[in-house]
Order: sequence, then structure tokens, then C-alpha cells
Amino acid sequence: MIAFIIRRLLAMIPTLFFVSIATFVIIQLPPGDFLTSLQALAASSGSGADKAAMDNLRHQYGLDQPKWVRYVKWVSGFPRGDFGYSFEWKRPVRELIADRLELTILLSLLSLVLMWVVAIPVGIYSATHQYSGTDNLLTALAFLGLSVPDFLLGLVYVFIGLFIFHASVTGLFSPRLVDASWSLGKVLDLSNHLFWPALILALAGMTQLIRILRGSMLEVVGQQFVRTARAKGLSEQVVIHKHAVKVAINPLVSVMGMQLPQLISGATILGIVLSLPTTGPMFIRALTSQDMYLAGTFLLFLALMLMVGNLIADVALAWIDPRIRYQ
Amino acid sequence: MSVFEKPAAAAAGGVPAVTAAAPAAGRIGVTRRQLIWRRFIRSRAAVIGGLVVVGFYVVALFANFLAPYGVDQRFIEYLYVPPQGLHLDVRTGLYVYGVQQTVNPETLLTTFTIDRSRRVPLRFFVRGDSYPVLGLFTSDLHLFGARVAGMGAFFLGTDRQGRDMLSRILIGSQMSLTIGLVGVLLSLIIGSALGVVSGYYGGRVDEVVQRLIEVIRSFPAIPLWMALTAALPQHWPPERVYFAITVILSVIGWTWLARQLRGKVLALREEEFVTAARVMGANDGRIIFKHLLPQVFGHIVVIATLAMPGMILAETALSFLNLGLRPPLTSWGVLLQEAQNLESLRNYPWLLIPAGFISMVVLAFNFFGDGLRDAADPYSA
Repeated sequence: MIAFIIRRLLAMIPTLFFVSIATFVIIQLPPGDFLTSLQALAASSGSGADKAAMDNLRHQYGLDQPKWVRYVKWVSGFPRGDFGYSFEWKRPVRELIADRLELTILLSLLSLVLMWVVAIPVGIYSATHQYSGTDNLLTALAFLGLSVPDFLLGLVYVFIGLFIFHASVTGLFSPRLVDASWSLGKVLDLSNHLFWPALILALAGMTQLIRILRGSMLEVVGQQFVRTARAKGLSEQVVIHKHAVKVAINPLVSVMGMQLPQLISGATILGIVLSLPTTGPMFIRALTSQDMYLAGTFLLFLALMLMVGNLIADVALAWIDPRIRYQ
Repeated sequence: MSVFEKPAAAAAGGVPAVTAAAPAAGRIGVTRRQLIWRRFIRSRAAVIGGLVVVGFYVVALFANFLAPYGVDQRFIEYLYVPPQGLHLDVRTGLYVYGVQQTVNPETLLTTFTIDRSRRVPLRFFVRGDSYPVLGLFTSDLHLFGARVAGMGAFFLGTDRQGRDMLSRILIGSQMSLTIGLVGVLLSLIIGSALGVVSGYYGGRVDEVVQRLIEVIRSFPAIPLWMALTAALPQHWPPERVYFAITVILSVIGWTWLARQLRGKVLALREEEFVTAARVMGANDGRIIFKHLLPQVFGHIVVIATLAMPGMILAETALSFLNLGLRPPLTSWGVLLQEAQNLESLRNYPWLLIPAGFISMVVLAFNFFGDGLRDAADPYSA
């Protein structure tokens, strides 16, 4: 098992190297740099930009160096935890992104947990009550859940929360508690502000998991070991929960790796809609203002999150189903 | 006894043989395509989904005619008019209620309310805003409109600039629906070329392609798309932005198809018919195009259909974030930009209506694609 994990970790290194190159190329794509967009802004507001001062700044930020030199400089800082400097915020990237990445991970994990907690019992119920009214209703809901994008759900949530319940739905805290010191009320407020976004984020994946578990349960229930278990006189409860579910759950674990990108994508865009202090809002701002190291580091970390998540999914699958490990 | 028994036994043995052969003979007359079709139409959800999809594309094709107004036609005196429902009076025909303008004395905000005492009658085939037809000539014929010129009839309300939402949604569907189609087409071309080549040749080529796919798939889709679309220069003309977005959408799309096809081709490559073709002197090109591609064609169609909703949603999300299409182009995502502002969302909730259309198309595509997937393999149970 350990050897398997180490092998997978080693395989990540070259991919990570190529990912860092790709990231750098992407953030270099826009014509000009942060200073030209700053200059354009200054020009539009009427204040003329001083050419000499700009050149000076460009030199100071290292923007006058060849691209590969800048790439090597950027990457070589990684082991020290140095991810470059944000032009716009005038602070090291590392200080800026730490909190936001944490919250993104927290939100993603929360919705992952929600997904599983809801999907497993519902999927089992759907399979054991195939074609019942509830099952058909769940099937219809599942397709609906797959069809409504999470940012739209976010908008609808804002609309309902803000104008029907007159509750605070955006950000992490209600306005009256933002500056308050930590108390039970504030913790409850925070969890309320995280729960709904996590649920919205989880919805699409949840419906997918329910469908997969239902299908895989139906397949497993027809197999001989289940019949044997029944023939032994085990109760239906034990047959389903101890025998069938254990086998039927494998596809769910393997699909987890496929759901992570959706989750991270969703967390980014939902963060923007609900103005949560996740990576989303700062990332999009960094992209439009060409704050390249900030944008690049965000992109890099989002990719890293995905890769680590996939690794965990693979390890979980190998742990549950040892046959996988040797393939 | 035994003398008489024998033919009887032969007959007895023969009868089931004939009855067994009958359905088999019936099957021989049925082509693979017919089998797929039969399986497909058995699924009601898939058929309805397919019809809705086709319906949407037909509407998009005739959007300029079906829309009562032009996409950028502004009614300056009718800003943020709420949806005026369509009503039918047997004697006078279709009509909508008029609107009443009120000014809030506190906020000085002008709002419109439906005025049930006034009716705006509608008429079919009215002349209105002119639009180009196939780039050949222009027409100003619209399916319906207010009978009195200059009077507005807005089923789904108007926006900030007094533009009819229904017309904008109908004409916006052209962008939203074709961008997915072009994006999928591009992904198909790249994905099937690289996927088939990667699976067929294996070795070094396969390794390079797989590594490329791995790197691309290490990025979550939306953030990668955001970074790429943010790189599009602001001064680009609309057509160029449109094309660039389709290219960007297919940057990730092709990897999925390539992976799937590679697996299929890897398995097919070892089949005897490929060996037979090779022995007969067929070159690689002929084997790939004449023997392998037709085998995986159904698979490609299914994957393409299932990829459509994702493309439509991606365009919507990007445009919503002001990163994708931008005015003067009009797509459903561009329309939703108006709903970003919480204040206008509160006062003018009908700005969210395009979201309903998006969900409807995506839902239909999901049902349609699901049915196609189940039908594509007609020999399975």
C-alpha cells in the first residue's frame, strides 16, 4: 500500500512540472502586462503616465526580463514557499492566498461530505424500491439537479434568501457580526453561511452519486453471493447493508476523482456569485488586472488540489478494493 | 412404431427449428441502424428530449422572425417593464395588458405595473425591425407584434435599456446553441484524431498524447477557461471572440473523447478484421478510416451529445462572469450578466428568465444523450 502511494506521488512530480509550465504560459498570454493595464487605467482617468517611472517599475518588478528567466525565478521560489509578488495588492502572493485556499478546501470538503451523507441512503433506497413513486421522483430530480448549473442555483438562492426571507446570504458572516468577537452566535452564523453554498455545490454531484449507486446496487443485488446470503437466512437488513452495499460502493469511490474538478470549478464560480472569500473572487480580479503571479499561483494550487484529490480517491479505491492496486 | 416415430421426431425437431429461425430471420433483415433506432424510440424521455433539442434549434434558426423586436431595439420609455402575460379574447384575438408608469416618491425610481384596464392587441405578421436573412437580403417581417406601431408588448418584460427580453432570449439562443455545437465539433476533430492515432500506433506517440491529456486534465475546467478567456484582447471584433471561445471550450473537451476512443481502438486493433485488412495490404490510413472509425462512430456521436450540455453551461458561466462573449454579441450568458447586480435582481426578477431556458435545453440534451447512449449498443440487453 505504501509503495503504491509513493509510486503515485512520484508520478505526480513530472505532471506538476508540466502543469507549472502550462500555468506560466497561460498567464503570459494576455498582451501587455500589469503595468500596461495600470497605464491604460491611468490614461482613462486623465492622469498621464510617466514613461520613465513605468520603465523603472517594470525593471523593479522584473517585467523587463525574458520570459524563461521569469519562469525560473517564479518556480525556484516554490520550495521556500515564495510564490511571487502581487503587483496589485503590493504583498507577497503567499500571504494573500493562504486563507482563501483554506476556505475553498473547507467548502469543497464540506460539500463532498454532504454529497456522500445524502447520496448513500437515498441511492440504497432508490435501488431497493425500484420504480416506486419515490424512485421515479428521485430520478426526475436527479436529471434536474444535473441540468441547473450551480451558479444559477446560487443566484436563485440569493434571490430567495435576500428578498423572501430577508436573510444575509452573501459573504461569510451577517453584517452585524462581521466585526464581532467569536461567540456561539457567530459560529452558528458562519456555519449557516457555509452550509447552503456547500449544499448548492454538492447538488449536482449528489444526484450523480445517487444514480450511480442505484445502478450498481441493482446490479449487485442480482448476484449470487447476495442470493447465498439470503439463503443462509440473513435478514434483509444485513443482506443489503453488510453484503450488497460494500460491493456496490466501489464505483462511487472511483467517480469521486471525476467529481473533484466539478467541485473545484463550482466552488470558484459560486464564490464569485455569493462573494465568499474563496479563491473565486480574487482569482477573477487577478486575471482581469493581469496580476500574473497571483493568478498563476491560484491556478497552480487549484490544479494541485485536483491532483491531490485524485490521489486520495485512488488510494481510497485501492484500500477498499485491493484488486485495483496491482493493475 | 419406430418407423413412424422417426419422421414425427424429425418434424418435432424441425418445428422448433423453424420457429427459432423465424425471429432470427426477422433479425437478419434489420440493420444495426434500425436496431438502434428501435431502442431509442422506446425511451420516451429520450424522444421528448430529442424533440425539444430539435425544437430549440429550429427556433434559433428562425429567431429573428419569431422575435417580435430586434435584439438591440430599445424602447426608451419602457425601461424594466415586467412581463406582460399573453391573454386571449375570442372576439378580438390575442392581447397583453398595458402598463402603468409610477414614480416612487421616496426613491424617485420609475416602475411599471400591469394596468388591467388597458389592452394592447396583437397582430400576426407585422413589419418591424429589419434583420438579415442568410446574409442575402433583409426582411422586417415578424411573426407577431403589437398592432399599434410604437406600442410595446413584452411577454417576458424588458431590461435596463428597454429591450424586449423575449426577443433577446430568442435571438440569444443562436449564440448559446451554436457555440456548443462548434465547440463540440472542434473537440471531436481534435479528440478523434489524437485518440485514434494514440490508440492505433501506441508507443511514443501514445505516451506524448497521454501526457498532454494528463496535464490538461490536471486543471479544473472553469478556472482554466477563465484564465484562457481573460487573455482575449478587449479590442477583438465579436466574430473573433466567438471563435476564440469555441476554441477555448474545446481545449478541455477533446481530452475526454480522446481517452475514450483510445481505449476502444486499443481493443479493436487486436481484432481479426484489422489483421485481415492489413494482410490484404491496406495501409494505416485505410484501416483507420475504413475499418476503425466506422466501428467507433456511434460512440463518437454519443459522446458528442453528452458533451453539449457542458459546453452550453460553460459558455453561460463564462459570459456571466464577463469573461466570455460580450455585447454586442448576445447569448443567454450575456443576458444573465444583468442579473449579477443584487439590487436589480430584487426589483426586476424577470432578468433571471434566461436561466430557465438554459436549464431546459441542458435537461433536454441530458435526456437525449442518455437515451442515445443506451441505444447505441443495440446488442446489449
